[in-house]
Amino acid sequence: MANQMKKVDAVIVGFGWAGSIMAKELTEAGLNVVALERGPHRDTYPDGAYPQVIDELTYNIRKKLFQDLSKSTVTIRHNSAQTAQPYRQLAAFLPGTGTGGAGLHWSGVHFRVDPIELRMRSHYEERYGKKFIPEGMTIQDFGVTYDELEPFFDKAEKVFGTSGSEWSVKGKVIGQGKGNPFAPDRSDKFPLPAQKRTFSAQLFAQAAQSIGLHPYDLPSANTSGPYTNTYGAQMGPCNFCGYCSGYACYMYSKASPNVNVLPSLRQEAKFELRENANVLRVNLTDDKKRATGVTYVDALGRQIEQPADLVILSAFQFHNVHLMLLSGIGKPYDPVTNEGTVGRNFAYQNISTIKAFFDKDVFTNNFIGAGGAGVGVDDFNADNFDHGKYGFVGGSPMWVNQAGVKPISGLPTPPGTPTWGSQWKASVADHYTHHVSMDAHGAHQSYRNNYLDLDPNYKDAFGQPLLRMTFDWQENDIKMSQFMHGQMHKIAEAMNPKLISGAPKMPGTHFDTTVYQTTHMNGGAIMGEDPKTSAINRYLQSWDVPNVFVPGASAFPQGLGYNPTGMVAALTYWSAKAIREQYLKNPGPLVQA
Amino acid sequence: MSEETIRNSRRDFLLKTITLAPAVAIGSTGLGALTAPTPAAAAPEPAGPQKARDYQPTWFTPEEYALVKAAVARLIPADDRGPGALEAGVPEYIDRQMNTPYATGANWYMQGPFHPDADKELGYQYPLIPRDIYRLGLADADTFAKAQHGKVFAELNHDQQDALLQAFEAGKAEFKQVPAKVFFSFLLQNTREGFFSDPIHGGNQGMVGWKLIGFPGARADFMDWVERGERYPFPPVSIRGERA
Repeated sequence: MANQMKKVDAVIVGFGWAGSIMAKELTEAGLNVVALERGPHRDTYPDGAYPQVIDELTYNIRKKLFQDLSKSTVTIRHNSAQTAQPYRQLAAFLPGTGTGGAGLHWSGVHFRVDPIELRMRSHYEERYGKKFIPEGMTIQDFGVTYDELEPFFDKAEKVFGTSGSEWSVKGKVIGQGKGNPFAPDRSDKFPLPAQKRTFSAQLFAQAAQSIGLHPYDLPSANTSGPYTNTYGAQMGPCNFCGYCSGYACYMYSKASPNVNVLPSLRQEAKFELRENANVLRVNLTDDKKRATGVTYVDALGRQIEQPADLVILSAFQFHNVHLMLLSGIGKPYDPVTNEGTVGRNFAYQNISTIKAFFDKDVFTNNFIGAGGAGVGVDDFNADNFDHGKYGFVGGSPMWVNQAGVKPISGLPTPPGTPTWGSQWKASVADHYTHHVSMDAHGAHQSYRNNYLDLDPNYKDAFGQPLLRMTFDWQENDIKMSQFMHGQMHKIAEAMNPKLISGAPKMPGTHFDTTVYQTTHMNGGAIMGEDPKTSAINRYLQSWDVPNVFVPGASAFPQGLGYNPTGMVAALTYWSAKAIREQYLKNPGPLVQA
Repeated sequence: MSEETIRNSRRDFLLKTITLAPAVAIGSTGLGALTAPTPAAAAPEPAGPQKARDYQPTWFTPEEYALVKAAVARLIPADDRGPGALEAGVPEYIDRQMNTPYATGANWYMQGPFHPDADKELGYQYPLIPRDIYRLGLADADTFAKAQHGKVFAELNHDQQDALLQAFEAGKAEFKQVPAKVFFSFLLQNTREGFFSDPIHGGNQGMVGWKLIGFPGARADFMDWVERGERYPFPPVSIRGERA
């Protein structure tokens, strides 16, 4: 028997970046807002307090801030003929839980988007012809353009306190030598200048330049100086302590919902945040055309019903999809018929890494770092080069993003080194502060074969079916990985190291759930212009249940070359504006199907 | 490290904390800069081999603990590069870990059915928590050692122990209750953890793991060193304020 709470104007499910931004926007619009966060209360104090936070074992190894898989996880299989197995231990991806979500423990790489990636299918068809896109690849257009989103990228950067080097502002080039010549035009500068370049990033920049590429400062939501954001939240300057990804920032230097948004929300009488509130489902009317609120389980295990006029699903990418499937919002995707929308176009990131080892007189001091800082090149990102002769879809930024390498997880040794004993010990001692790691971050495309649905065998702690991932690397991914690895290898060679290690994906390489890739998962509840092939419209509104909006990377029809957080934030502001200016005046579909 | 040194370090840390607190509050800098570290050149090098502090295991039996001690001493041996896992107190670290939520797989998904023979890329699929892996794996390892050499692991010479560990790692040793490879992977991972984690967890005593590789521990403030490609001169500090 569910306890019923007083009805509110809007209920928000999940309090990460998307949830906190939506909460701020909707309370500004005068709505009564309740946000439900499944995880515990977290904040800079105590979760990021110095010196206790400088503890690799507790945070990154024992995974203090990440999702508790004992309560809920996903199952994974490589193809639809297999039985999916539970993702029992965190490894390949690390979703968050608790106040701020993954926004508390992210790195802080804060990109916009390459404009062509918003028109992925149209762009490739126009430039290379329809036949260039392989059979089974289901890439789509987002249904929104860069020019439409630009004001919201700008707004988000001013909330995050982003540091960076712009290339052009209002058409005027000002970033020669520091900015990214492939970046789209901006309406304003970054709120803060770029962070310092680590020595490793300097080596990468010199090497890239020497072979004719165009190095630029990575845009970072770690501050290069003190900053007060548009909500009055204060940030201190990042000191490159190296404890970003997996940690709460003790310096108030890394943007997070906790530091940048929540302080102003706390002043709002119309806003309430309930932690330890695990939403089970969105409640719908009998005709499934309207949401009446949500049901959640509180810390005592009680089922509570929270009625609301407007429901925002802003949990992590696959939780949004899970909740839609559990609630019956939209039609589940069927890979056999290629019909249905919820669960389709599940995509990830296609990353590969190279390590360059140097002699002991080159000091890279890898313990120094900031999660968002570094130097990248975009010469092979998006469609900045002619894909025609290479025969694959997608691009990859490449970079040195030295984020603070830790000794338990991050001691590289050259290939062939034993994993223990005196030889291993000597090797880790000789290489820890004498190596540079670089990544080809890699866009990932969507395919008919990669999708999400409900698992028939395994249940979560609340007795509900787990979400099932059917996912593997496809031929296009392997081609791209090999090309990008080859290009990045040239940069590594130009650094003149004594040894280079790392390998691209090979034909037959399967998705390995035991090795960290990224937590950049996309799709499953994608935005688009056609209700037959998208779950939500261009304003992130459910086509089927118009008082449900679903912001997050679950809306991306395919994975971007860049990290997703900047795009998630901008899309959320874009959606919020549509809610504030159009939906609230006339609640109903913002786009006619 | 002696108990007296630890006490002194704690006292030092408390004294430092008095100046530290307001500095962090204004967000200007961290402990690293405040304590004005001595350059490594002037830091005293450990004279002679370090010995881990005395410790009585609370979870492992004496027989199990003997095997743990012997094995970690081979995984990260004391040699001309400095102290190894035994000297760093890694056995104490692993025993203490057995009394944390990690040891019971508290944040793992452990509902069945289990399919241990599923593709390796789909991840860990055993119904065993770390405590099971140690209890069963240590017994299996000694059984295997006795079958091969007539003695338990801890009583074998270094060459014999190394050969057995290689067989465990490669999965060439036939264990009865837990795959040798799985047991070995936990032992190696936990050994590295104990050698390189903050001393607050019981291992890395004297911060010997950090000194070996040049990791500065809890300094966590490198503003002045970001752009410099030169040797970082300051020795590590720990969360408790110990200095190596």
